[in-house]
Amino acid sequence: MLSRVASSIYWLNRYIERAENYARFIEVNVNLTLDLPRGTTEQWEPLVATTGDHESFTSRYGKATKENVTQFLSADVANPNSILSCLLAARENARSVREVISSDMWEQVNRFYLMVRDAVSQGLSSRNLHTFLADVKANSHLFLGITDATMSHGEGWHFARLGRLLERADKTSRILDVKYFMLLPTVTEVGTPFDIIQWSALLKSASALEMYYTRFGRISPDDVTAFLILDSTFPRAIRYCLIKSEDSLHAISGSEHGSYQNQAEKRLGRLRAELDFGDLEDCVTGGLHEFLDQFQAQLNRVGEAISETFFAPRPIHSIITGAETQ
Amino acid sequence: MKFSEYDPGEFYDELYEGKGQPRPGSTLLLRKFASLPEGELKKRQEAAERVILNMGMTFGIHGGDDGHEQIFPFDIVPRVVVASDWERIESGLRQRMRALNLFIDDVYHDQTILKNGVIPSELIFSGKGFLLPCMGLNPPRGIWCHVAGIDLVRISDGQYYVLEDNTRCPSGVAYVLEARQVMKRTFPELFEAYRVRPVDGYPSQLLETLRSLSDLPDPTVVILTPGIFNSAYYEHSLLAHKMGVELVEANDLAVVDGSVHMRTTKGSQRVDVIYRRINDDYLDPLAFRHDSILGVPGLMEAYKRGRVALANAPGTGVSDDKAIYAYLPKIINYYLAEEPILPNVPTYLCSDRQDRTYVLEHLDQLVVKATNEAGGYGMMIGPHASKQEREDCARRIEADPRNYIAQPTLALSRVPTLVEDHLEGRHVDLRPYVLYGRDVYVLPGGMTRVALRKGSLVVNSSQGGGNKDTWVLS
Repeated sequence: MLSRVASSIYWLNRYIERAENYARFIEVNVNLTLDLPRGTTEQWEPLVATTGDHESFTSRYGKATKENVTQFLSADVANPNSILSCLLAARENARSVREVISSDMWEQVNRFYLMVRDAVSQGLSSRNLHTFLADVKANSHLFLGITDATMSHGEGWHFARLGRLLERADKTSRILDVKYFMLLPTVTEVGTPFDIIQWSALLKSASALEMYYTRFGRISPDDVTAFLILDSTFPRAIRYCLIKSEDSLHAISGSEHGSYQNQAEKRLGRLRAELDFGDLEDCVTGGLHEFLDQFQAQLNRVGEAISETFFAPRPIHSIITGAETQ
Repeated sequence: MKFSEYDPGEFYDELYEGKGQPRPGSTLLLRKFASLPEGELKKRQEAAERVILNMGMTFGIHGGDDGHEQIFPFDIVPRVVVASDWERIESGLRQRMRALNLFIDDVYHDQTILKNGVIPSELIFSGKGFLLPCMGLNPPRGIWCHVAGIDLVRISDGQYYVLEDNTRCPSGVAYVLEARQVMKRTFPELFEAYRVRPVDGYPSQLLETLRSLSDLPDPTVVILTPGIFNSAYYEHSLLAHKMGVELVEANDLAVVDGSVHMRTTKGSQRVDVIYRRINDDYLDPLAFRHDSILGVPGLMEAYKRGRVALANAPGTGVSDDKAIYAYLPKIINYYLAEEPILPNVPTYLCSDRQDRTYVLEHLDQLVVKATNEAGGYGMMIGPHASKQEREDCARRIEADPRNYIAQPTLALSRVPTLVEDHLEGRHVDLRPYVLYGRDVYVLPGGMTRVALRKGSLVVNSSQGGGNKDTWVLS
């Protein structure tokens, strides 16, 4: 597969997944504010903080109000990670590989983009925000379903899954991190109904509420953290994402599990092993936020290695035609 | 909507013989239209446009910041070509394709046609399409032009004429394939009733044509595109998709040890045949334009050594020159000893003193075209031009006579076209596609371009023309 094509498929999927997760970010907060006891102020600042685009937001919007943050995360083309920007980028990537993906996939990216464009141009208000976020998630799921059902599960598909799951691992870690930024009114409130509300909102925005209940039955901060980081069967849990990403990486390069042929496999393998042989203790001992921060940095290095291994326009080296030496 | 009221007026109409009188091939179609409930035709037109939007069939440079794109203007009233007409077109195109190739091969080898005084030498050497580096090249089986789009027009006498030969990188075939898809979704019942010859075989015919350029049992074929900002990118992508070949940009390719390779996730892979959709002067910065960033350094050298095949071969622009077009009947005569089956439109060469004098005196009646422009650029339609425009045109002709030809303003035939909720006649031309691999293949159909503005004669998509499906009946 052409390096450029592999790169475009990978990024197309990263961008679609990113758009979906931004919708989830906003949802965490919308879910929370609906459940807030009277008299508590809405917190929109944590949302911006967790995306890592805090500086760009503050310089352009100043105060983190619901309207500002929603605009910044969903409709702002000057924010390269906003939902609209993601769809524009996804569509350009899809356009440049139209001959490789199925026409159903292209049409879905196109419809998804048109939906976002139209919704944004009509303006997002409290009344239609919920519908918009639900539509973004549904369109992303539809794209994923169409990809799985209409694209051969070969090299291109593995690049697609790799892009999607690395993006998802990063974003699940950030959704979890939102909690860290959410300042509870007082320390004594940890473990109170209000605290529980926040954890449930988190699970809900990761579509994890039902699966979590099935496994644990009641909300406890430790269990929620363990579930979102270490579960190997829940598709939005970080460990699950790493396991499947690694499967795809090995499928692409053809190397055995437990070995590595390139930097990408080496770095991802080590990161996955850390979670395979880690427990909640390891995640929270030095502070959950610090753990997640470090995890995101390591994940970035995996991304860099993938880019260098498969996408970078390396010079094509002369092919040695085995000249016989006597 | 009352179809009996449609009046073809003074023009040849492709669907109507006279007021309210359908032509033999169109009776069924028009009866179907007439039987639709009020407003239904407009509804189907809108449905067709939605399909086009969802398919992402857009034309031109795409993607501003707001992502507003022009969907390709499409009209749901098809053009019908009866079998007997098509037979004549097809044999005329075969003849022309053979003659064009014999001519190009001669120009880059012995130049007998020049030595025998059939065409003045300076006309060849002064043309922008003639490439000196191509002298003496021997493409496989001596065929240079494998893909051509030959523009035809029909005028009041009901006769088809050739208007120009596009032998470099003709585009538009994607719209033929897509227009048919849209029509099948829009009027399935008509396709059941009619025997319309299918066009879907084009990609596999094209692939066969490209594969025939290599001796290998399973050559690696690619399409070379300038990239997503090219106005025909949609087509490059669609053809690659339907042929199952890689769509590459110049940066994906490199010449290593004399042959061409593409960069893949598993290292480099050799390429045997390139269907290039980049103009030849951009192909290789080492051989042609040094400022080209769209090309592959060393590609021409690899091509000369037979390490890679190119379609179309570089140099085919020599026959894509509107001044050379004027000599096509003589060219057919010279190489094939036959009379042209499809006649040319009378053409005045401004490089010829007598012709030039006539052109300058009759600018208000003539259409003036630049010999080397495509897409309807550099065209002046005398009867529709202002005094100022005609004077500017005269100045341009006098400054560079070799660069201009003129033709009488043709009364192009018309096809009924949906305007608001009724039909009005609009002028059309027809671009069929011809492939030449082991044999000449003519796609049974083509791009019917329609000038959507009332009275306009300019059908080029770059100038606001639209598109219709072309039904060749079996």
